[in-house]
Amino acid sequence: MVEEEGIRRYVAHVILWIGIAIVAFPVYLAFVASTQDNAVIANGQMSLLPGGHFFQTYYQTIFVGTSGSTREPVGNMMLNSLIMALAIALGKIAISIISAYAIVYFRFPFRMAIFWIIFITLMLPVEVRIYPTYKIVADLHMLDSYAGLALPLIASATATLLFRQFFMTVPDELLEASRIDGAGPFRFFWDTLLPLSRTNMAALFVILFILGWNQYLWPLLITTRDDMQTIQVGIRKMITTTDALTEWPVVMATAVLAMLPPVFVVVAMQKLFVRGLVETEK
Amino acid sequence: MQKQSIFQSKLLPYALVAPQLAIVLIFFYWPALQAVIQSFLLQDAFGLSTSFVWFENYVDLFKDPAYFEAVVRTFVFSFAIALSSLSFALLLAVMADKPLRGGTIYRTLLIWPYAVAPPVVGVLWIFMLHPSLGVLSRYLRAMGIDWNPLLDGNQAATLIILAAAWKQISYNFLFFLAGLQSIPKSVLEAAAIDGARPMRRFWTVTFPLLSPTIFFLLVVNIVYAFFDTFGIIDTMTRGGPGKSTETLVYKVYTDGLLGGNLGSSAAQSVILMVMVIVLTGIQFRFVERKVTY
Repeated sequence: MVEEEGIRRYVAHVILWIGIAIVAFPVYLAFVASTQDNAVIANGQMSLLPGGHFFQTYYQTIFVGTSGSTREPVGNMMLNSLIMALAIALGKIAISIISAYAIVYFRFPFRMAIFWIIFITLMLPVEVRIYPTYKIVADLHMLDSYAGLALPLIASATATLLFRQFFMTVPDELLEASRIDGAGPFRFFWDTLLPLSRTNMAALFVILFILGWNQYLWPLLITTRDDMQTIQVGIRKMITTTDALTEWPVVMATAVLAMLPPVFVVVAMQKLFVRGLVETEK
Repeated sequence: MQKQSIFQSKLLPYALVAPQLAIVLIFFYWPALQAVIQSFLLQDAFGLSTSFVWFENYVDLFKDPAYFEAVVRTFVFSFAIALSSLSFALLLAVMADKPLRGGTIYRTLLIWPYAVAPPVVGVLWIFMLHPSLGVLSRYLRAMGIDWNPLLDGNQAATLIILAAAWKQISYNFLFFLAGLQSIPKSVLEAAAIDGARPMRRFWTVTFPLLSPTIFFLLVVNIVYAFFDTFGIIDTMTRGGPGKSTETLVYKVYTDGLLGGNLGSSAAQSVILMVMVIVLTGIQFRFVERKVTY
């Protein structure tokens, strides 16, 4: 197409590599710090190359935790985060797909009213209603529980909208064909609609898993017991920016471990990730 | 919109929407309603009695210079984060849109920070720029800058803005790249035949055609700066030093939790809700316009 001289292409490569360096540097630094000795880091003498404490630090982080503030092994925090992320992602997909099915494939009184009730929740992020929600969860005795962590974050207007939109594009002939075969609403859903929705569900799962894993404010409020902490909450309790007691190698190893699952998902399932991101923003 | 061919059932559809409806009513509408009610109530110092005070909590907020400062601060943060992140991401996207060798590798290497959680972003950046042990702080001091974001409010604010913008680069990059790839190459070729140099082609052809994407991203970035920076602020500065990094969401959190002032915290929540509704409304109007284009 348009003339693209060598020099311009060269500049583009350089700018992109500078961008990648800026994006990667803080993470590289965290990894390097996690392999070095705390005393050296605390002195401000940290080297920019990996040190020799890799196995020691990661073993301590995953199985023991810090020796100070919270004595919770990060392995356990990761398990909590995983359970919460899976519950949010799978829960959202499950309740959204069946409600979208009802809204598209049935005609019943208050259908549109229900659709709007769900739709409006798009505008109520958890941050604007934290304390009242906290009180309800406390009244239901769900503090320090996985249900309390996941349920308030499970209702998703985006997922319902996405499935509704997708179901609208499914040709009517499919329903008529399976009806001739004698299929009822359950069999049509299970045998026809679900297999067709597989890519959409996978894309949505990738996005929701990342969002669930990265939740912060809500778990911070409703978990008081150390063994219920998620990794995002745990890492905050490990750092005290003002004093010298922070065990930086452990903190940085925790940061690396906190990034690993979601970053892996983005890189390994890039196509689904991009698709999910673009679709949920529509 | 409705399908022509549907199932007939009286109860089944209700059973299917019931789980979502229950969660939405219990965890969205009920708390939101509670926030609105609470914002009209005033509790005495011991929490023994509450009285209905109409708009007193709101009036107090608007009279409070600290609240006004938090509003201004939040908007300054939002625009600074949005503009810096958007312009850098656009530069990278324009470069990555060129037919380069290894183009897909560049994309992979630029999009993964989307997956880094805000509190982790905060930890990474405070470590990098910590006054006593930060690797980059050494260079800043060598350049003669008296760098201490834990004591200097402006430096703390700069640090939050940089960290928050860093996290958002990948998101903006992805959407800019998609926007650029949807611009027909023929339009650019026509401009090239007319003799427009690359820079001119960008500003007169690409940029205007990209404006729907830019506008959409601007709204998304502002919403992000409002809410998702909570984790960054909480791990880096906890709103300090002084109140120099306290945004509106952070203020709701501290006033309700530490201050115990639930009425004021609720009133702040309601104001935030209105802001979100306005922002979402703007976004939807824009989306509809994009569809009719």
